[in-house]
Amino acid sequence: MDASSETLPIAVVVNGRKRTAVVPPRQLLSDCLRHTFGLPGTHVGCEHGVCGACTVIVDGRAARSCLMFAVQADGSQVTTIEGLSKGDVFHPLQEAFWEEHGLQCGFCTPGMLMAAYELLKKNANPSDDEIREAISGNLCRCTGYTYIINAIRSAGAKMRAAASSAKASPQPTKATA
Amino acid sequence: MSSHLESNVLPKSRQREAPGQNMKWIGKSMKRVEDRRFLLGKGKYIDDLSVPQMAHAATVRSPHAHARIVSIDVSKAAALPGVIGVYTGADVATVADACPSFASPPVTQRAIAIDKVRHVGEVVAAVVAEDRYIAEDAADLVEVVYEVLPANVDIEASLRSTGDAIIHPADRESNKALDESFSFGTVAEDFAKADHIVKRRLRWGRASAQAIETCGCISEVDAIGGGYKIHCNSNFYNFIPFVIAGPLRVSPTQLRMIPVMTGGSFGSKVFIHKIIIMTSALAKLCGQPVKYIEDRLEHFTNSDSHGSDRLYDAELALTREGKMLSMRFTVLDDYGAFLQFGVGTHGNAMAQVTGPYKINSFAMRVIAVLTNKCQQGPYRGFGSEVTNWVMERMADAAADELHIDRLAIRVMNMIQPNEFPYMIPTGNIYDSGNYQKVLHDAQKLIGYEEWKAKAAQMRAQGRCVGVGIATCQERSVYGPTEWWFLNNRATPGFTLTSTPEGISLRIDPTGKIFATLNSIFVGNSPETIVTQILAEQFTVQPSDIVIDYADTHSGFNGVGPQGSRFTAMIAGACVSAGVKIKTKLKLLAGHLLEADPADLELRDGAVGVKGTDKQMNIADIAIQANFFRLNFPDTPEFDSGLETTAVYDHPISTLPHPERKHLGVFYPMVGHICHIAVVEVDTQTGKVQILDYAAVHDNGTIVNPKTLGGQVLGGTANGIGSTLMEEFIYDDSGQFTNANFAEFSLPSVHEMPANMKIGHVETPSPYTEYGVKGGGEGGRLGAPSALTAAIEDALQDHGVKIHTLPIRPSTLHALIHSARA
Repeated sequence: MDASSETLPIAVVVNGRKRTAVVPPRQLLSDCLRHTFGLPGTHVGCEHGVCGACTVIVDGRAARSCLMFAVQADGSQVTTIEGLSKGDVFHPLQEAFWEEHGLQCGFCTPGMLMAAYELLKKNANPSDDEIREAISGNLCRCTGYTYIINAIRSAGAKMRAAASSAKASPQPTKATA
Repeated sequence: MSSHLESNVLPKSRQREAPGQNMKWIGKSMKRVEDRRFLLGKGKYIDDLSVPQMAHAATVRSPHAHARIVSIDVSKAAALPGVIGVYTGADVATVADACPSFASPPVTQRAIAIDKVRHVGEVVAAVVAEDRYIAEDAADLVEVVYEVLPANVDIEASLRSTGDAIIHPADRESNKALDESFSFGTVAEDFAKADHIVKRRLRWGRASAQAIETCGCISEVDAIGGGYKIHCNSNFYNFIPFVIAGPLRVSPTQLRMIPVMTGGSFGSKVFIHKIIIMTSALAKLCGQPVKYIEDRLEHFTNSDSHGSDRLYDAELALTREGKMLSMRFTVLDDYGAFLQFGVGTHGNAMAQVTGPYKINSFAMRVIAVLTNKCQQGPYRGFGSEVTNWVMERMADAAADELHIDRLAIRVMNMIQPNEFPYMIPTGNIYDSGNYQKVLHDAQKLIGYEEWKAKAAQMRAQGRCVGVGIATCQERSVYGPTEWWFLNNRATPGFTLTSTPEGISLRIDPTGKIFATLNSIFVGNSPETIVTQILAEQFTVQPSDIVIDYADTHSGFNGVGPQGSRFTAMIAGACVSAGVKIKTKLKLLAGHLLEADPADLELRDGAVGVKGTDKQMNIADIAIQANFFRLNFPDTPEFDSGLETTAVYDHPISTLPHPERKHLGVFYPMVGHICHIAVVEVDTQTGKVQILDYAAVHDNGTIVNPKTLGGQVLGGTANGIGSTLMEEFIYDDSGQFTNANFAEFSLPSVHEMPANMKIGHVETPSPYTEYGVKGGGEGGRLGAPSALTAAIEDALQDHGVKIHTLPIRPSTLHALIHSARA
């Protein structure tokens, strides 16, 4: 049988919604997201795993969707740039990239946002060096990175402020860990 | 002024909006209007689009630098299920002719090669299939037999090639495409009276912009009009139909180009004509719309956008005190296998070739060399980044040889603030400037004296730390004569003199201002800039302005973002359109308010009678203008609507001298930049670390400090890459050995200085609206010179001199060790 005509069913939770598709085993996750699931926000810059534009979150970890086959994501939870905002309301990272001019052409931005998203999930108060380390696998040709670092730092501060004010305000019920 | 410049008479300024007004929106760091769609992942870049029945193309590329195509067998590829068609250069030639060329006489290039390949990566066949995966599978099945020819790789050796090594034997007897000499002013006399002549051989290596998005196109045959409907991420889309219509055998009006949001250009997406011709030909041949998106390898090897690749033999004549008298050089430029723009990159450099210094005369011999590499195209600086580096290297060399401080020789030779507009020997002017203030601010920003002392101390402790300074020009707002004025005068080519920029404006019945642009977004901020200027013009809020882009059928004159022209040019168009619409607003308001239009003014979104509180909101006038015709007199000037188009021509340009004694004014909004770098070199590895960095730019009146800051930082990152990292390496057989992001490395966040400092000086232009100049290229125009000087300073105890860029760690390591030996 011709490898190109073989297909496999997959089920992936993308941005909280269960998606199913029947895909060739060689289809890249980036192509599946962009062209099969209609989520072109994830960009493809080099297709050899260096530029980082295609970065998405797979089961909580940043991954290069151009280095994964779609079938490898079967059963996974995937978050893309389209899943960052709540409807029209920006995620603090999106807001901060806007305020701090953290993007110019916007092509590397989805990958930058997802790399930063993973960082702030793991480390709510990263140092500038930690921010640099987190985006060191994401190439940007426009900004020179300075304003991107500013944006991630600013988003972290906003998210911490929001978290502490949420803690400070009285809650009707509190779940214990 | 030198007598050769006497015929170059400056026209009067056409500036209408003076700089220095009390402005509400211009000068503010407004958040960008463009960004929301990109932050939501809804950018609609070229590969995000599809059209019904669209098929996908993949290419078969030459593995050889130079070879005859003996045979192409497409049968296995064509038989693969899912393949719609496989096409060779001969097939394409049945529906399309050779690519357009600005070179005169042209160097013939085909979208798909016929008979012969001239560089690795040149396309020899294309597959159209149901999806890209199948197309790429089929491309692997195309069998091509080549007869390998001698490859031309070295810039000097290629000039000596004969026989089978000639790249275009039908057009040219050698690999020399052009050889022209120019002399501006009294060069021989100035050299004769010099006390000292500095000579250097300087080499600038090849790389390209490598935007993170590659180039792409979707083309479909227009069944009604008979031409093509084309989506493409070119930033020259309003111009392209006029040059590719011929090759596609249609009239320009039969080509409908629809612009798309573009993921970075830096010059590399200005033209993209070959891709459009190929994709359109494939669409015609296969009978379906076709999408072709370059992959990264194709973009490296076949994008027609490699940057300058030059060898200079330069001489600077000086007095013994260090006063610069004259400069001259011979430059060989490795253009690759074709010459799409002629030697426009050298024309560009003539705008500021003598830098910020008073140099009386200048001469150049430029030789365009063809080799078996991908051809050159624009890359941020378009050739001026190289001459800036040459000028600054010569200034440093002169200082060293005359035992003058490198900063002092600059200060001694700089043009003074009272000498503007200043005409340089080539005939271009520098419109305005205060170079001394830029220098002063940069020194202050970084703590120049402190760093000089500290670096000396660190060197005394055995560390290799140095400080480098560059004082450079940033020409902006290009005029088109640079494309052709260096051509052989017997065959000057298409001697165009227009670079207009237009806008259409409409105020809808609710009072919103709709602006349609004729130039697309490439990562710059066209929507934000136009919003700020129109908010200023109409005294409205930015939220009252709605921006869209015209395609080539609905739009009109537009040249787009290139040559740092867009902000200054669109400001002119906004003012022209503003004048027209405001005149009509006042006419209508005058009738409605029973006032003389001459007594009316715009204020806070309303039209009011000066000196009174009587006024009417623009929205209230607009609803009358659009829906209530019978409320106005029955004469044509009151006809419905508030809409207009406006075209703004280049603010100030003059023709080249017929004998090329000068080149005229063609790139006159000239900013000034001072970069100061502090670096440390690891002599064990050759790695350069930037310890501190300051960049002060004067780009005239600033429309948006934040977006200009972004340009300065991004350009500087490009400059750091050009200096320390980015080099395309071709081996002796013409193989491109590092055509990927792993082996060709561009700066990551780790290569950027952690404490980058930027500053701005604002010396308005006397010629543009509000005094704005362009500022899109300066970082790359300054960083290489500052970094090179800093590295030399750091290695002064090792006797290392740098005459070649880039200076990658391995290169620098070898230099350090050969200097020791």
